[in-house]
Amino acid sequence: MSNAVAHADHGHAHHPALQHHFDTLAQQKEAAVIGMWLFLLTEILFFGGLFVAYMIYRIWYFEAFAEASRRLSLFWGGLNTAVLIGSSLTMALGVRAAQTNNRKWTVNWLILTMLLGCVFLGVKVIEYQDKFANYEVPGQNYNWLYHEQHSAGGEHAEGAAPAAAEGHRQLRMTPEQLQNTTQIYFSLYFTMTGLHALHMIIGVGLMLVITWMAWKGKFDAEWYTPVEMSGLYWHFVDIVWIFLFPLLYLVERHQ
Amino acid sequence: MLDTLKIPQRHYLNAGHSLKSWLLTKDHKRIAIMYLLSISVMFFLGGLFAVGVRLELATPQGDFVSADTYNKFFTMHGVIMVFFFLIPSIPAVLGNFLIPPMIGAKDLAFPRINLLSLYIYWLGGLFTLAAMVMGGVDTGWTFYTPYSASASNTHIIPTALGIFIAGFSSILTGLNCVVTIHRMRAPGMTWFRLPLFVWAHYATSLVQVLGTPVIAITIVMLFVERAFGFGIFDAARGGDPVLFQHLFWFYSHPAVYIMILPALGVQSELISAFSRKRIFGYSFVAFSSLAIAVFGFIVWAHHMFVAGISTYAAMVFSFLSFSVAIPSAVKMFNWSATLYKGAVSFDTPMLYAYGFMGLFAIGGLTGLFLATLGVDVHMHDTYFVVAHFHYIMVGGAIMGYLGGLHYWWPKITGRMYSEFFSRVSAITVFVGFNVTFFPQLVVGYLGMPRRYHAYPDEMQVLNVMSSAGATVLALGYVLPVIYFLWSLNYGPVAGPNPWGASGLEWQMQSPPLPENFTEVPEVTHEPYEYEHIVAKETHLV
Amino acid sequence: MSDHVSPVSLYVTIFAALMILTGVTVAAAYLNLGQFNFTVAIGIALFKASLVIWYFMHVKWQSHMTKLTLAAGLFFLTILLGMSLIDYASRNDFRDEPRLPPANPDSVIAPGR
Repeated sequence: MSNAVAHADHGHAHHPALQHHFDTLAQQKEAAVIGMWLFLLTEILFFGGLFVAYMIYRIWYFEAFAEASRRLSLFWGGLNTAVLIGSSLTMALGVRAAQTNNRKWTVNWLILTMLLGCVFLGVKVIEYQDKFANYEVPGQNYNWLYHEQHSAGGEHAEGAAPAAAEGHRQLRMTPEQLQNTTQIYFSLYFTMTGLHALHMIIGVGLMLVITWMAWKGKFDAEWYTPVEMSGLYWHFVDIVWIFLFPLLYLVERHQ
Repeated sequence: MLDTLKIPQRHYLNAGHSLKSWLLTKDHKRIAIMYLLSISVMFFLGGLFAVGVRLELATPQGDFVSADTYNKFFTMHGVIMVFFFLIPSIPAVLGNFLIPPMIGAKDLAFPRINLLSLYIYWLGGLFTLAAMVMGGVDTGWTFYTPYSASASNTHIIPTALGIFIAGFSSILTGLNCVVTIHRMRAPGMTWFRLPLFVWAHYATSLVQVLGTPVIAITIVMLFVERAFGFGIFDAARGGDPVLFQHLFWFYSHPAVYIMILPALGVQSELISAFSRKRIFGYSFVAFSSLAIAVFGFIVWAHHMFVAGISTYAAMVFSFLSFSVAIPSAVKMFNWSATLYKGAVSFDTPMLYAYGFMGLFAIGGLTGLFLATLGVDVHMHDTYFVVAHFHYIMVGGAIMGYLGGLHYWWPKITGRMYSEFFSRVSAITVFVGFNVTFFPQLVVGYLGMPRRYHAYPDEMQVLNVMSSAGATVLALGYVLPVIYFLWSLNYGPVAGPNPWGASGLEWQMQSPPLPENFTEVPEVTHEPYEYEHIVAKETHLV
Repeated sequence: MSDHVSPVSLYVTIFAALMILTGVTVAAAYLNLGQFNFTVAIGIALFKASLVIWYFMHVKWQSHMTKLTLAAGLFFLTILLGMSLIDYASRNDFRDEPRLPPANPDSVIAPGR
C-alpha cells in the first residue's frame, strides 16, 4: 500500500505555496489535513481527562451536581450554544468561499465567525461575573448558601437547611456536605469552561490572522489550506461546547 | 581505497555558518544536532542529582543532606531524566535525523513545526531549571496529590509548567513523525520495506500524540487546585486523590513505552547490521511495536495496586499487564534468531546491542514480578521497583541510545571515533550498570523503601556497592563525550557506509547533503538484503 | 483535502438540524426520564457532534487515513473513560450505594466573609 507520490515534475511552474520538500500540492494538503486531525486528537484526549473527572464525581455526588447545575443560567448557556453553532455555520461558509475563490465573502464570513466568537466570550464574562458575585467560585470564599439567602424570595431563616430547593427532591446531603461537593462541581465547571474559553480566544486570534491573509489575497481555489485547518480547529471548539452544555447546564432540570 | 576518503565539499553542517542559519533552520538534521546538545546537557544535570542521591545512600544514616533536600534530589533526577532526557532522546535526535533518509524523503512533513518543537523544549526546560534554581520540588517526579496539591511548599507550579510545555514538544515531534511516515515515503518504499527503526518510531509517535495530552490536563488540574484552591482532588471536600493517579499514570505508563520503543527500533537495526542478516520475522517485529504501543494504554493502574483502587480493578490491570510483556518477548526471540548463524561481529554498537539484550531481559522479567498483584503488594515502593525501571530505562533505553549514536555517528559527522576507547566505554557502562543496579534488586527485595534517605544498617554493603557502581557508570558516560568530540577533528573520515549496512541512509554521503538525496531514490528491494551488500572493512584502531 | 465543494443549502440544513436538536435537548431535560435523561442528552450531543464532523469538517469526503485517525482518537478516549470506570464502578464491591462525602464538620471549608 504505497502512498508515495510520483517524481516531482520540473516542467510546469509550482504554486507559490508549494513547499520544497513536497512533490505536489495535493500531497502537501493531505499531510496538512492528517497533521491537523492528529492535533485535534490531542485536544480530544486533553479535554477527555476533565470528562473522566466529571464522570466520576457526577456518579458519586449526583445530588450536588443537580443542585449546582441549576445555579447556571439556562438562558445564557442556550444562547451561547446557538451562537457557537451559528459561528460553525459561518466558518463552514467561509471555507466554502475560499474554495470557490470568493475573496470578499471569505473575509466576510470569517469576520462574522470572529464576531460570534466574541459574543460567546462576552456571555461567558457575564456568567462568570454572576458566579463571583454569588460566592460560587470554589476555594476559600465559596459559600453555597449565599445565593439562596440573597436571591429573590430567598427569605428563609439564615441557618435553615433548604429542604427542597424550589420544590425538588428531598435532599440527602446536609448543607455542609453540599458546601463541599458542589465545590467539586464548580471546580470542574470553571476548569472545563475556562479551558474552553481559552481555546475560543486562541481561535479568535487564529481567525484574525487568517482573515488578514484572506484579505491580502493569499488564498485561491487551489490553495486555501490555512482556512480549512482553522475551520477544523473552530469546529472542534464548537463540538466541545456541544458536550459541555448538556453536561453542565442540564444535569437535572425537571421538577 | 580507504585512504582516499574525504569529507564531501557540501554538506548540511557547512551549508551556512551563522547562528541564524542554525536557529532558523528547517533542516531536520540540524534540529537533531541541537536536540543532541540540549539533551546531553540535561542528561548530565540529571546525573548530578543522581550523584547526590547515591552519595547520601552510601551511609545508612541521613547524614549527607537533610531529608527535604534528599527529596528534592530524587525528584529533580526523575523529572529531568524522564521528561527532558529520555522522552525526547532517540526520537528527537536519531529519529529526527534518520527518518527522512530512511524513507527516502528530503525532510519531515512539517520542518517549521520541527523547529517549533525544539523551541518549545527549550522553553519548558527553562521553566523547570528556573524552578530548580529557586529551590526545586520535593514531591517525587510523580507529583501525587494531596501532597503536591496543598501540603508541599516547593516550586511545583513552575516545574509542572515546564513539563506541560515540554509535553507539547513531544506531541509535535510525534505528530510530525506520523504524517511523515504516512505521506513522504519514496516510490517503492511500501510499509513492509520500511526499516524496523521507522516502525518503532511510528508506534512511539502514536503514544506521544495520544498519551501526552492527558498528563497535560492533569497538570492543568493540579495547577488550578494549587493556585485557586479548587477541590478536584481534595478528600476533605469529597474529592479523590487517587483520581490524580489514574490521570497521571494514563500517560506515564505509555510514556515508558515512548522511552523504550525507539531503543527497540535501534536494537533491530544493530542486530541486523552486525550479524549481516535480515531480521528474523520482520513483520512480527514490526507488529510487536504497534502492539506494545496499544497495550501500553490499558495497563496503567498497575502503578496503583496499593493506592486504594478496588481489588477487582487491580486484578484486571494485573492480568492485562502480563499481555504487554508478550510483544517485547517476541522481539527478544526474533533478535536471538537473527543472531543465530549470522556473521556476528563485536563493534561498539553491537556491544551495546548485546548489553541491551541481557539488561532488557532482566528489566522485563522483573516487570512481570511487579505485574503480579500479590508480589507487588510487597515490592511496591521498594528498591526492587527502582531497579526494575532502571534496568529498562538505563540498561535498555540509554544503551539503545548510545548504541544508535555510535552506529550512526559516522553518518551524522562523517568521522569515525576511536574503536578502542568506545569499546572500553561500552564495557565500562555495562559493568558499572550492573554493579549499580543489581544490588538494588536485592536490597529492594529485602524491603528497603525507595525515596528514603536513611535505611537499616545491614543494607549498607549493598548500597555502597551500588554507589561504587554508579561511579564506574558515570565514567562510562563521560568517556564518549571526549572521544566523540575528538573524532570531529581528528577521527578518520568514514565514507558513506563504513559498516557495510543496508538502508537508504547509508546511500547518502557522510555527512549528508542538506536535501539528503540528489535524486529521489526508488526502492526496489526488501529491507536488510545483506546478500546484495558487499561487506566493507570497518575502521579498527 | 476535500476539493469537493458542498452547496450552501447543505450547510444551512445541518445548521438547522443542530439548532433543532439543541432545542430537543433542552426540552428533554425538562422531562423526568430518570437514568435516561443522561443517555438522551449525551446521545443527542453525540449525534450533533457527528453532524459537525461529517459535514462541517468535511470528513465525509476525506481519505480513509483521516477517518481512521479520527476513529483511533475516539477509541483511546473510550479507553480512558471506560477503564477508569473499572476501578470506580467496583470500589464498593459493586454495591450501588449513594455516596456521601465526609460529614465531619471539621472538614468543611468554611466560607470566608
